[in-house]
Amino acid sequence: MSFLDMDEWLVELQQRADVVYGPFVDTKEYPQDVDLVLIEGAVCNSDHVELLHTLRSRTKVVVAFGDCAVTGNVPAMRNALGGAAPVLQRAYIELADTNPQIPRAEGVVPPLLERVVPVHAVIPVEHFLPGCPPDAGKIKAFLTMLLEGQPVQLSPQEIKFG
Amino acid sequence: MTQQIKIDPVTRIEGHAKITIQLDENGDVARARFHVVEFRGFEKFCEGRTLSEMPGITARTCGICPVSHILASAKAGDAILAVRIPPAAEKLRRIMNLGQIIQSHALSFFHLSAPDFLLGWDTPAASRNVFGMIASMPELARNGIRLRQFGQTIIELLGGRRIHPAWAVPGGVRAPLTPAGRDQIKVAIPQMLEIIQSTIELFRQVLKKHQREVQIFGNFPSLFMGLVGPDGQWEHYDGMLRFTDSSGNVIADQIDPANYREVIGEAVEPDSYLKSPYYKPFGYPDGMYRVGPLARLNVCERIGTPLADRELERFRAHGKGGAVTSSFLYHYARLIEILAAIEKIAEVIDDPDLLGDRLRADAGINKLEGVGVSEAPRGTLFHHYQVDENGLVKKVNLIIATGQNNLAMNRTITQIARHYIRGGSIPEPMLNRVEAGIRAFDPCLSCSVHALGRMPLKVVLMDAAGRVLDEVPRL
Ligand code: SF4
Repeated sequence: MSFLDMDEWLVELQQRADVVYGPFVDTKEYPQDVDLVLIEGAVCNSDHVELLHTLRSRTKVVVAFGDCAVTGNVPAMRNALGGAAPVLQRAYIELADTNPQIPRAEGVVPPLLERVVPVHAVIPVEHFLPGCPPDAGKIKAFLTMLLEGQPVQLSPQEIKFG
Repeated sequence: MTQQIKIDPVTRIEGHAKITIQLDENGDVARARFHVVEFRGFEKFCEGRTLSEMPGITARTCGICPVSHILASAKAGDAILAVRIPPAAEKLRRIMNLGQIIQSHALSFFHLSAPDFLLGWDTPAASRNVFGMIASMPELARNGIRLRQFGQTIIELLGGRRIHPAWAVPGGVRAPLTPAGRDQIKVAIPQMLEIIQSTIELFRQVLKKHQREVQIFGNFPSLFMGLVGPDGQWEHYDGMLRFTDSSGNVIADQIDPANYREVIGEAVEPDSYLKSPYYKPFGYPDGMYRVGPLARLNVCERIGTPLADRELERFRAHGKGGAVTSSFLYHYARLIEILAAIEKIAEVIDDPDLLGDRLRADAGINKLEGVGVSEAPRGTLFHHYQVDENGLVKKVNLIIATGQNNLAMNRTITQIARHYIRGGSIPEPMLNRVEAGIRAFDPCLSCSVHALGRMPLKVVLMDAAGRVLDEVPRL
């Protein structure tokens, strides 16, 4: 959502690019021939893996956007517990008063991966933009380089995590 | 033959979710279900971390309301240190929470929901979004952007950054406001008041044309819960829990949030990672209650600022003597809370305490358990920690705002789907109306995941045996 922190620059972006898919747009199916995708978040469940493969095959430039996408970050903290079972057990069995059970309705609730991984562990990625989240100024500078077809160069300041 | 429709992913919400609509033999809607498909596991993997890290870690549950998690977490920490934080720290935390309410509500209204009722339900899907608003209603879109920017700037001036500021800590806060920061907030207030008042005016016009939506978008009796002050006034940072029913009767009052387990139970359903809290004395699922802006305006006696209180009167007229029960009016309540938040900031902005430097009470671990609560933009948020003598976390429970609306969200989409979907045919704009029922609650599901480039909502049509008959890719 720090994307929206670009504030009035969004108006300019609207004139220079079509936003075709994502949380602000009602398109349900990832479109063909996309120029650029920013992927935020770590890879946590089977739906994520599927979507990553789809978008890789339909997109020119893939960006791992934010620390979770780049490293796994906070969601990957559960890896240290050795699998998905302990986190599920705590939340849905131990901390439930009614109907304790692990949600697993088939075709609806995707099973968790045993290990949370960063995006580039699943598909090749062209660029990494770290930050938790990357701040608006950084996103703007990054998108401007891409929109103008310049090579992407981040200053040491901009390659910071957190 | 019965069928199921699937909306996957649900779009223009924060987080990843699906909706399924189950049709009966006649092709009419039997029921609709909202499924949250992400889960992180904070409750478990925070074990062993230190208390002081908790605000920073749990803030990562959400990119929209990190401030709420930071505050609830810091307050759980206050309880464990067993300190009263310095008055200046409390005032500053309150201002940050008000900034948070403004930015989050503005995002929900302008960037996510308004395209439905301002551009129109039947606008083609490709342009029914904030970029479409920028193109066709640039002034209004800019107003929304400015309002959100104002809230974010307050957070940034206090916390040093807009998202995930590591600023509130157990015992207080790390830094005061600077005089320059205070002035920057102060000069913006008149313009912000103007923007929100004109938006409310506009929304009243919208309501005149959307009487049907008011009637069917989640209009049903339920309980409401929120924090209130000692005289029952609107509260966002502290206070006690109050439950009211849809006739407006107070059914439980002045409950210490630390005892939340006596009144709130949590149920699990197999088809969603989102749990369903309920009011324990009424059992599950009869104890359905709603939280968030609509609930807060229903449970409080008054807001306590002149403009917002005047608007509250108008809002209450929709309740005809009882509570306001239509979920579509969450939008109205959100705008009124933005107005209230700006007025409350204006009231305290000149307080010299805000620039003071007594900001943090120092103490060791004095209790092994603590509950912190705050009103997040979407509703009451609970952080409950148990720690050992060294302050290492042993057990965590989080009750997030959105979960508490789970039962009501399911009821809402079932009501809308029954109205618009007949005989198995499903035109896209109808499905969008079902999704809009979810948007009214402004759910924040990144409490289980964060995904900027991939968090839309999807509808699937399934038969009685659960076979998928039709997926509607929505373009
Ligand atoms: S803001 Fe931080 S925690 Fe949230 S998705 Fe981005 S990198 Fe992850």
